[in-house]
Formats: sequence, C-alpha cells, structure tokens
Amino acid sequence: MSTATDRTDLEDVVLAEPDRERLSALLVGQDRPPRPSALSASLTFGWRAMLKIKHVPEQLFDVTAFPIMLVLMYTYLFGGALAGSTEEYIQFLLPGIMVMSVVMITMYTGVAVNTDIAKGVFDRFRTLPIWRPAPMVGYLLGDVLRYLLASFVMLTVGMIIGFRPDGGVLGVLAGIALLVVFSFAFSWIWTMFGLMLRSEKSVMGVSMMVIFPLTFLSNVFVDPKTMPGWLQAFVNNSPVTHLATAVRELMAGEWPAADIAWTLGWAGVFLVVFGVVTMRLYNRK
Amino acid sequence: MSTELAIETTGLVKVFGENRAVDGIDLAVPTGTVYGVLGPNGAGKTTAVRMLATLLRPDGGTARVFGKDVVKDADAVRSRVSLTGQYASVDEDLTGSENLILLGRLLGHSKPAARDRADQLLDGFGLSDAAGRQVKNYSGGMRRRIDIAASILNTPDVLFLDEPTTGLDPRSRNQVWDIVRAVVAHGTTVLLTTQYLDEADQLASRIAVIDHGRVIAEGTKGELKASVGAGTVHVRLREAGQRAEAQKVLALALNTDVQTEADPVALTARMEGQSSDRGAAEQAGRALAELARCGITVDNFSLGQPSLDEVFLALTDKKGVAA
Repeated sequence: MSTATDRTDLEDVVLAEPDRERLSALLVGQDRPPRPSALSASLTFGWRAMLKIKHVPEQLFDVTAFPIMLVLMYTYLFGGALAGSTEEYIQFLLPGIMVMSVVMITMYTGVAVNTDIAKGVFDRFRTLPIWRPAPMVGYLLGDVLRYLLASFVMLTVGMIIGFRPDGGVLGVLAGIALLVVFSFAFSWIWTMFGLMLRSEKSVMGVSMMVIFPLTFLSNVFVDPKTMPGWLQAFVNNSPVTHLATAVRELMAGEWPAADIAWTLGWAGVFLVVFGVVTMRLYNRK
Repeated sequence: MSTELAIETTGLVKVFGENRAVDGIDLAVPTGTVYGVLGPNGAGKTTAVRMLATLLRPDGGTARVFGKDVVKDADAVRSRVSLTGQYASVDEDLTGSENLILLGRLLGHSKPAARDRADQLLDGFGLSDAAGRQVKNYSGGMRRRIDIAASILNTPDVLFLDEPTTGLDPRSRNQVWDIVRAVVAHGTTVLLTTQYLDEADQLASRIAVIDHGRVIAEGTKGELKASVGAGTVHVRLREAGQRAEAQKVLALALNTDVQTEADPVALTARMEGQSSDRGAAEQAGRALAELARCGITVDNFSLGQPSLDEVFLALTDKKGVAA
C-alpha cells in the first residue's frame, strides 16, 4: 500500500457504498408525524446552539475572559478616584458592570445570525414546515445560557475582590434573572441587523455604534447627578439606567418596583418592535 | 393519476436589480417523474428552484406545487417538498448524526424515533463510520449524501435537487444517481437542475433547457436530441493530403457540412435531423465504408453525443433564425 492510499483513509473511499435495497427500504412505510409545537421547535434550535458550543468551545471566550477583564479594569481604574477605595466602589460597580457586559455580549447574536444565514443550512430551515420564528428563538435560547455564564463569572470575580451583596442569594438571582430577560428581548435588535446587513463586519460596526453610547451613557459607572442637564435627561431615561438601577437595588436587598416596571416595559417594546421586523426580514430573505 | 401535475408555473419572474434572473418561465412537471432543468451557470435555474421551494418570492407569475401556491400556501408546500441546494444544506459544525437528529426533531419525530431514523439513514447511505464526525470534515461526495439523506428524512412528495453532482468525482456522481433513481422509484417527483447533458439524459424523462431566465426548449430526451442533431462525427485521417477528398465524400454520405480542424488530418461533422442514435450510427457507418471504398485511410473515428455546448449553439441558432 502506498502512502497516497493511506492518506485517503479519511475520505469516503473506506466508506460503504450506499446500498440500494436498504435505501429503498428507507423510503417506504414511514408515517409523517404531526408538525412540532412552537416551543418544541424553538427548544430543538436551542439544542443546536448547545451543540455548537460543544463543538466550538472557544466561542465562550467573550462570555468568560472579556467580562473578567472589564470587572478588574474598571474596579482598579476608577475605584480609588470615584469611591475612595476599590472595596467601596465594587459594591456600586459590580451590578452595573454586569449589566453593561451582558448587554454588550448580546451583539454577538447579530454576528452569529449573519454568518449562519449565509450558509446553506438556513435554506433547509426555511423550507421546513415549522413555526417561523423558531430558528431565531433558538439562537436566543442558546444566548441566554451565555448571558447566565457571563453573569456568574463576573459575580465570582466580584466576590473574590470584595463584592458583598446585602440582598443575599435571592436578591442576586433576582437581579440576574431580570438582566437575562431584558437581554433576551434586547437581542432582537441584533437578529434584525444580522439579517439586514450584508457582512459580519458591518454588523459589528453598527453594533458598536449602538452599544457604546447606550451602555456608557448610563449610571453604570457614576451617579448621573454631576452630569450636565441634557445628558441627565438622556441617562435617566435610558433603558440601561433603569436596568442597572433595578439590578443594583435587587442585589442590595431592595424592591425597586418602578425601575423593574420600566425595564420590563422596555423589554416588551424591544421584543415586539424588533421581533416583528426580524421576522419580516427573515421571511423576505 | 399520472396526469396530475406536481409542479406548475406560469410566467414566473424574478428580478434582481437590473437583472431579470428568471424571465417568464412556464413549467409543467408530471407527478412521479424526474424533470431535468438544463442550463449554463447564471441561466436562472437556482433562482427558479428557490422560488418553488418557498425561499424566494416571485416578482411575477405563479408557481404551484400540487395545486398549492408557493406564496399564499407556503406552509402547505413546505410540508411536501425538500431541497438539496448547490451548497450542502446541513450544519457544518455538527456531526452527520446530530444533523439528522436535529432535522428529525424539527419534523416532529420524538427523540428516540429521530435517533432511530438518523441511524437508519446513515446506514443506508453508507455513512455509519462518519456519523460522529463534523460535516465540515466530510468529502464532497459524503456531503452530498448526508444532504440528500436529510432531504428524505420524511420522504418528500417533491424533491428539488439543485446541481447535485457539480464538483463530484465520477464514482460519487454515480452513487448520487443511484440514490435519485431509488427516490423516484418510490414515487417522489424530482426536479433536477444540472449543467450536464448526460446527467439529464441518465435521469430525467422530460427536460427544459433554460438560458437567460427563459425556457428555450422543452420536451422528452428524444425530442430534444432530435431538435439539435444526433451528434458529432470526428475523423482523423492518416494522410493530410487526402483531407479535401475525404471532406467531399463525408459531406455527401452524411448529407451535412463537414468542417476542417486546425489539426491538418482532422475533420468534424455535426449530424442533423436524426431522430434516434441508431439512425446516426448507421449513417456514420455507411460514411466510413464510403471513405474506405475511395481508398482513404482512417486512423481514428468517433461518433459523439451532442455536448451541452452543441445543444446551446443549435438552440440559440434556431431562436436567431425564428426571430
């Protein structure tokens, strides 16, 4: 045997020929099951997202290393100057930086949709008789897991460097739950851009343009009271500010009803507006 | 029964900017047959198939699959068709087995049923050994097979195959052909697009030739071949000096124009107006005997089927004359 033959071992040369009789047997006598429910189809697409994480685990870099970097960077950069000490500052910063990081991470959804849609597999999904939004919902279900992972990574780092939330386990979990719900709804902006824009690069570009002002112009880093009036007007009404306040107070053991309501209200608006636009684009693609 | 149409389009149009990719296509595909759509790159084949498979909205005309409109009744169409695209319509990051289980679940099978079906398909398509490997590591032939396996997970009533053998080696191509034959034998209607005349010849019972978004010829294989001539005769002589005489003899015997080639001993003639291969072969045989009788030595002689190039040249010529 020559080396050339050995090299083809991985090719289909070693595989069996498709067997005609067995093939024919595959085609007859099968009943068509009823179409799956919307929930079942969405969960199946969520399972696909899990499998993709399993096969390409390095994609979790942005929900592990990146958030750790942000926590450490801002705590030690601003801590002394803004709150007198890093221990003081982390109590204020951690819930906010968690909000900022997870909201930032949502933009990878758009990139994933954009690269995926260009591949042939989307043609197959779109010719299946299933609930139309299921592939998109499936993405976001996979992303919810990423948001949870990022939140817990940051929480762990925060605890190590001195974050001690008064709200206890329940308060922290409530804060993370609200953050994940908001991020799920907010992600529909990115599915829209993922479908609308032509390349991965333009999706990244547009995402940055939206996400940087939106997350920085908020109360994540400092109390807005020192800002000029016009900026306060924007910051105090930004969904990120409402979310950051709600998460911060939930983790501190309080019940910020107004900010929770505002956050859920914004989430509803994002979901309805961008969900509808996403599905229109998806059907027209 | 067989008169029911699986696919019917009238005046189908799709425009991309300035380009009329599909410019008024009428098709009528009988149930249970393989229908070939033949044409060069950019002729509009893929665009037409994507409209039929509910992936693109037509800009004009109508398309029906088993009487259901592809726009208004898209979901009903989707439950009866499958598409195997030009590029593998499977998830390259997942393994072959995961791909089939995923699709099985999406088609409504329970987890165990989806797993069983995936195993059966992998086995039937000779892919069991590659079941646990990511599809991106598959060879071209394996991709096609997993792709077609995915398409028949629930046996479809209509299967769209968009250039299923482009880029495959002859062995893999034959395997794909075997699979297509098995699928049709089961009663599925297949719409096959291809650039290769011999592929349409092997599989299809009727063929539409498409160019610039229009159907330029349509019919059974026999009709189509008759319309473009039965093939081309190539002759290589021993003596270059006998070529002029040989040209005359051949022109007379074949009753057609004979061209001289750049090679000083070669001659080519396109056979016209033959309704079957046998007639052409007989005529060519007589021509060969005639050359021998005149004392012209022939080193090499061949009768080839019309190539796609020749089909196109002939068809576009005819269109030019008619216009």
